[in-house]
Amino acid sequence: MYAQMVDTGVSKVQDVAQMTPEERAFQDRIDADVKVEPKDWMPEAYRRTLIRQIQQHAHSEIVGMLPEGNWITRAPSLQRKATLMAKVQDEGGHGLYLYCAAETLGVSRDAMIADLHAGRVKYSSIFNYPTLTWADIGTIGWLVDGAAIMNQIPLCRCSYGPYARAMIRVCKEESFHQRQGYDIMLALCRGTPEQKAMAQDALNRWWWPSLMMFGPPDAASVHSAQSARWKIKLLSNDELRQRFVDQTVPQADYLGLAVPDDRLAWNAERGHYDFGEIDWQEFHEVIKGNGPCNRERMQTRIKAWEDGAWVREAALAHAEKHAARERHAA
Amino acid sequence: MSSEWPLWEIFIRSQHGLAHKHVGSLHAVDAQMAIRNARDVYTRRNEGISIWVARSADIHASSPGDKDALFEPSNDKVYRHPTFFPMPDEVKHI
Ligand SMILES: [Fe+2]
Ligand SMILES: [Fe+2]
Repeated sequence: MYAQMVDTGVSKVQDVAQMTPEERAFQDRIDADVKVEPKDWMPEAYRRTLIRQIQQHAHSEIVGMLPEGNWITRAPSLQRKATLMAKVQDEGGHGLYLYCAAETLGVSRDAMIADLHAGRVKYSSIFNYPTLTWADIGTIGWLVDGAAIMNQIPLCRCSYGPYARAMIRVCKEESFHQRQGYDIMLALCRGTPEQKAMAQDALNRWWWPSLMMFGPPDAASVHSAQSARWKIKLLSNDELRQRFVDQTVPQADYLGLAVPDDRLAWNAERGHYDFGEIDWQEFHEVIKGNGPCNRERMQTRIKAWEDGAWVREAALAHAEKHAARERHAA
Repeated sequence: MSSEWPLWEIFIRSQHGLAHKHVGSLHAVDAQMAIRNARDVYTRRNEGISIWVARSADIHASSPGDKDALFEPSNDKVYRHPTFFPMPDEVKHI
């Protein structure tokens, strides 16, 4: 998802018998749905895993502004432009809520940004794909924000208080994102044949990467099992992906668009859609840095950070000078 | 490299006349910038009509270890709650 394949640093899920009394008391509280708060004792592995997860999530929100920001100057009307600016600004806000949740775990903002820029911490694979046409903006809101909602709603109940509270805030804002995207798709699909073809082309390119957002099947992953135990992962990748497909296919039908999957079929027995094989090779390549836009995204982020350095320094110096003058006057 | 801007805790009074409530934190060089940033980060949809900011470093908190010492004593003072005093059914408006 926005935090894909989070490493917990454990090689097997910890057995109750091997827990220290502190660790057992901690797990008991989690099992009883008591929230963990910043000053509470927590196992180091829990703290480190959460820092990685929240940080990946935050970076995804920030890097996720780039593909959409690409179309702000070219939005087809003033209303669409204002809407897109508000949407992208929200994503910046989501990044900030999440960075401050991570900071409560004792990591600094600068350290997180350094981790991103050095490639030590990833962001979601989805933001490494290009936005070629206006229909991509509709598709991102509809599919990518739709997938994000699917993942973020359960996280509102996660065990770490500041993360859960940030997610509640984020979820309140996401449904606007998804609807404005679907609204763009509706307009294109009700438009000229060229506009409808543009919408179909965008769906063709974004469908599979959207399914990859949920990450590889995690049945065999010890990290997923440990994260589930800690209640920082509440549903499996495959469960979320299935929900997403079930919810999205009828929406595509309504638009009159074809989901690019020959094997997609309603399975009455399961009560779910069956769907085709995901190209995990492509996913791993994108995660490794070899997607269509990985280099460009990182260069843009690093450039923005470095170009802004003098502003950050000047603002701080100015505030310090003012504070000194006030002390003097007092 | 430059040093990080200080962290501020943000409190917002919602529309509904409630007390200011903690909503999160952000970085800013001074109080004025913290208020301006808080407006953009935490009140994009009319969530508030008033903002308080305080440097995170200036906030002092009770520690989880003191929980029993601080809060245990009120546990056995049930007579502080109105429900401790059952009223006869015939008695109204009390
Ligand atoms: Fe977001
Ligand atoms: Fe969003």
